[in-house]
Amino acid sequence: MENNFPNNKRKTNIPWLFKMAWRDSRKNRSRLLLFVSSIVFGIAALVAIYSFGVNLKKDIDTQAATLIGADLAINTGKLPDAPTLKMLDSLGDRHSEERMFASMVLFPRTQGTRLAQVRALEGDYPYYGNFETIPTDAGKKFRLVKAALVDQTLMLQYNVKVGDSIKVGKVVFVIEGVLTKAPGQTNIASGIAPIVYIPLKYLSETGLMQKGSRINYSFYYKYDHPVDIEKFTKKLEPRFEKAGLNYDTIETKKENTGRAFGDLTNFLSLVGFIALLLGCVGVASSIHIYIREKIASIAIMRCLGVKAYEAFLIYLLQIIGIGFVGAVAGSALGTIVQHVLPIIFRDFLPISVTTDISWGAIGQGIILGVIISILFALLPLIAIRNISPLNTLRMSYENINLLRDPFRWLVYVIILLFIVTFTHVQVGNWLASIFFTIGVIVAFLILTLIAKLLMYLVRLVINASWSYPLRQGFANLYRPNNQTIILIVSIGLSTSFICTLFFMQSLLIKQVTIAASANQANMILFDIQSSQEKPLANYTKKQNLPLLQQVPVVTVRIEKINGKTAAQSKKDTSMRVRERLYGNEFRVTYRDTLSPTEKVMQGDWVGNAPASGEVPVSMEERFAQRNKLRVGDKLTFNVQGIPINTRIASTRQVNWNKMQTNFLFVFPKGVLEDAPQFHVLMTHVPSKKVSATYQQSVVRLFPNVSIIDLGFVLSVLEDLMDKLGSIIKFMAMFSIVTAIVVLIASVRISKYQRIQESVLLRTMGASRRQILAISTIEYFFLGSLSAATGIFIAVAGTWLLARYSFDIAFNVDLLPAIGLFFGITGLTILIGLLNSRGVLNRPPLEILRGE
Amino acid sequence: MEAILKIADLGKTYQSAGKMLTVLDHISFNIESGSTNAIVGPSGSGKTTLLGLCAGLDRPTTGTVALNGIDLGSLSEDKRAQARNLYVGFIFQNFQLLPTLTALENIMVPLELRGEKNIRARAIDLLDKVGLAERGHHYPAQLSGGEQQRVSLARAFSNKPKILFADEPTGNLDAETAEKVIKLIFDLNREAGTTLVLVTHDLDLAGKTQRILRIKGGKLVSDINTNL
Repeated sequence: MENNFPNNKRKTNIPWLFKMAWRDSRKNRSRLLLFVSSIVFGIAALVAIYSFGVNLKKDIDTQAATLIGADLAINTGKLPDAPTLKMLDSLGDRHSEERMFASMVLFPRTQGTRLAQVRALEGDYPYYGNFETIPTDAGKKFRLVKAALVDQTLMLQYNVKVGDSIKVGKVVFVIEGVLTKAPGQTNIASGIAPIVYIPLKYLSETGLMQKGSRINYSFYYKYDHPVDIEKFTKKLEPRFEKAGLNYDTIETKKENTGRAFGDLTNFLSLVGFIALLLGCVGVASSIHIYIREKIASIAIMRCLGVKAYEAFLIYLLQIIGIGFVGAVAGSALGTIVQHVLPIIFRDFLPISVTTDISWGAIGQGIILGVIISILFALLPLIAIRNISPLNTLRMSYENINLLRDPFRWLVYVIILLFIVTFTHVQVGNWLASIFFTIGVIVAFLILTLIAKLLMYLVRLVINASWSYPLRQGFANLYRPNNQTIILIVSIGLSTSFICTLFFMQSLLIKQVTIAASANQANMILFDIQSSQEKPLANYTKKQNLPLLQQVPVVTVRIEKINGKTAAQSKKDTSMRVRERLYGNEFRVTYRDTLSPTEKVMQGDWVGNAPASGEVPVSMEERFAQRNKLRVGDKLTFNVQGIPINTRIASTRQVNWNKMQTNFLFVFPKGVLEDAPQFHVLMTHVPSKKVSATYQQSVVRLFPNVSIIDLGFVLSVLEDLMDKLGSIIKFMAMFSIVTAIVVLIASVRISKYQRIQESVLLRTMGASRRQILAISTIEYFFLGSLSAATGIFIAVAGTWLLARYSFDIAFNVDLLPAIGLFFGITGLTILIGLLNSRGVLNRPPLEILRGE
Repeated sequence: MEAILKIADLGKTYQSAGKMLTVLDHISFNIESGSTNAIVGPSGSGKTTLLGLCAGLDRPTTGTVALNGIDLGSLSEDKRAQARNLYVGFIFQNFQLLPTLTALENIMVPLELRGEKNIRARAIDLLDKVGLAERGHHYPAQLSGGEQQRVSLARAFSNKPKILFADEPTGNLDAETAEKVIKLIFDLNREAGTTLVLVTHDLDLAGKTQRILRIKGGKLVSDINTNL
């Protein structure tokens, strides 16, 4: 047959595609905006975090000097020897010295005692920034007299005022001022270990500098002439390393602080990303229904000569436009929300963070919003290519079978690649990114499967004898255009998110509460000198308190592993053990029996050292595995200058959750008895009152002994968990709001879908009540099943976390979960009914005409 | 006269509930350029399917459809779309206007697709011809059924088609309006010299054409010249 079809292909008229996209969207813009509102909160979360991250980085850069307070800070856990001290003295134009240690402090007026972080300071530190104090000059004045600066939380807690006194060891200092902020200090850190500054010259008088005391020595330097500190410290690094000195410069502090907060913002952006993904599922689902409604229009266009890809492009342009609007709205919201972040993170930040508009973050948010809208809308959009013009003559849904379309799978692959890549950009680790993506997929799959199972079961149980509204409400769960999957996924995921948070928080608190109750030890006394061991034990017994454990502790370092020093092992590539074992301080104990929380896993337990030869030591199993050490390996320990050759005779499994002292290395009896050591004593105090009296008397009689009161630790932990929880809750809020938006969008779409049916029912005489009952039943099931599924996933997730991550006993507090269940179910019904009220309150004809 | 549409041995089968269903069975006929033709038959006889195949909306299972000398079966869907835009006009029973476009914009679409110039004036002219000059800015939902069908007519003639396919063009209209629309179809058709193929089960309407093709059970059972 002669084919006289014109050879010149009609060129695609791009401006016309834009025009058609614009025209076609005219009557649907509010609906399109509703669809895309699902991504607004996810984008807002990300832009807020990105902006916060950008400002934080900038502020760390500008305030790094005040974080460290000097040009160079050197610290070490042991008293430097004479040559090292000489070198340290030669550095800087000006320098300050500080000794830091944990000690009990006592407020004589109120008789309050508490373990504090005592810092004895000499010199003009800080050279950059200030001690923030009340009165403001107290930071300078306390150094001139026998006075102290006391942390604000401590002052409030013990109801003491400036002018009162504080006893540190044997010395009583006048409180010169309230310390509101020390350089580089966060509120959360000062809440856990409140700081007390005293002048260094009175330290020896306190009597707290005894052999075996754990003291950190810091040296701060200021250069008044220009010096390349980085170059200079690099040169000195080998000497620092040899002397066991760590150092910080403004630059390293900048890097370290930046990295730590970078990790935090990356983690939070992943949480925000989950909210965004949740919204994307909403977008995909909404666009799917939207395109179904557009089949007739697309078929007409095809009839008139619009090519398949042109029809596809018309709707893609709409999605790009609407995605852009959503992303801009999200970015604007995120820019506003970022002002809240410094307040939420206040307690965790060592610096004050500005809230400047970050155009980079906004740009990222907009690009991300557009990309993700396109990616998720592509799934329903590719179906447009398969819409036949024949639909103008005979509407047929069979023509668009998505599952058979190979492009659908290509879109899935692109979405997965995008999630993995995006996650990689956040966490910088491919494996973690893949695991995160798998986790997201598994969560989505579980929820989808549960939704499908539910739809299948509903079909089975539905019974002809039920009342019409009940049957109809049930049937709405599986009928065409149902929202079962989308709602169970979005509501279920956010429920599981918030519920896991509740469960883990209560589980951790409970763990410590259990430890603090019954007859388990709830008070630990440490830094006990050998000479004080017996008198303190006797005193404790006299107070009718049990001696639950008395343990000697010796500080050691590893000098050689299998005969090789750190330097030799560095050269030896065949060495399998980790190098960082060298130089680290370990606190070890010695005894002849295993404690009830220990179990030998490999080798033999040797309780008493042989008269000669290598000393058989026992090592904690997991620590040995991590450091690639085995039974039979030889370790040479440096015990306060004396080398002791040992052999790993056994590995032990240790239950770290029990409230008692546990050790990585346990020596047998007969080796370390004469080494410099301190002792730990554990007891159980029955009440707060006994605890206070006992602590006061111990501080009075044994000023150098430090006490940890578990009851107090519990309150600090609760406070910390609350603060951490509020951050996570804040982030989870974006997911919850997204789920609500998805819920509203789904319900509104269903309103368009079901309107004909409801009107038909009303025309046939269905009462307002009957239609209301049908909707209530449907949304009750959707809400309750989504919430129940979410809670179920949260229980499973908490069990996994408890078992494998935290290694603690699993039990869940069901009360908040029940509250959450009813809350979410109620909210779903409420939103469902609020959105259906248009159908209920207006005459059927008005609705038919209006729609 | 030259044939604008050549149908040879045309067949169409669908798979339905696991069985092959023959909707059209070896149909052959030619349509002469500028003629008016009606395809009639009872419901389910296959006339709409035949119209769809003739207009290149679908591919036949067997046989060929040659429109203006072009074998539609050998073309890709996009090429067929181009052929429709160049040679075919449509009128549907349920008007099939794009609901989000105004009456004027609906008429302009086929011309815009061809990238033609001064289309607005031509579209207004066509609207005027169908008596809706004042309603150009109205959306389909704001027009009555008869008005919508008149817009649809204006759109069908906008690209100066060689052949016009009309599927039950008066099926959704009352008798009075239907009469007006039919008159308009025939008048415009005559004026433009277009070939008309309409599918109907209204024998009165069919009687207004020069040729009536009767379909039953997917087969062409009669082919009558009305000598009009």
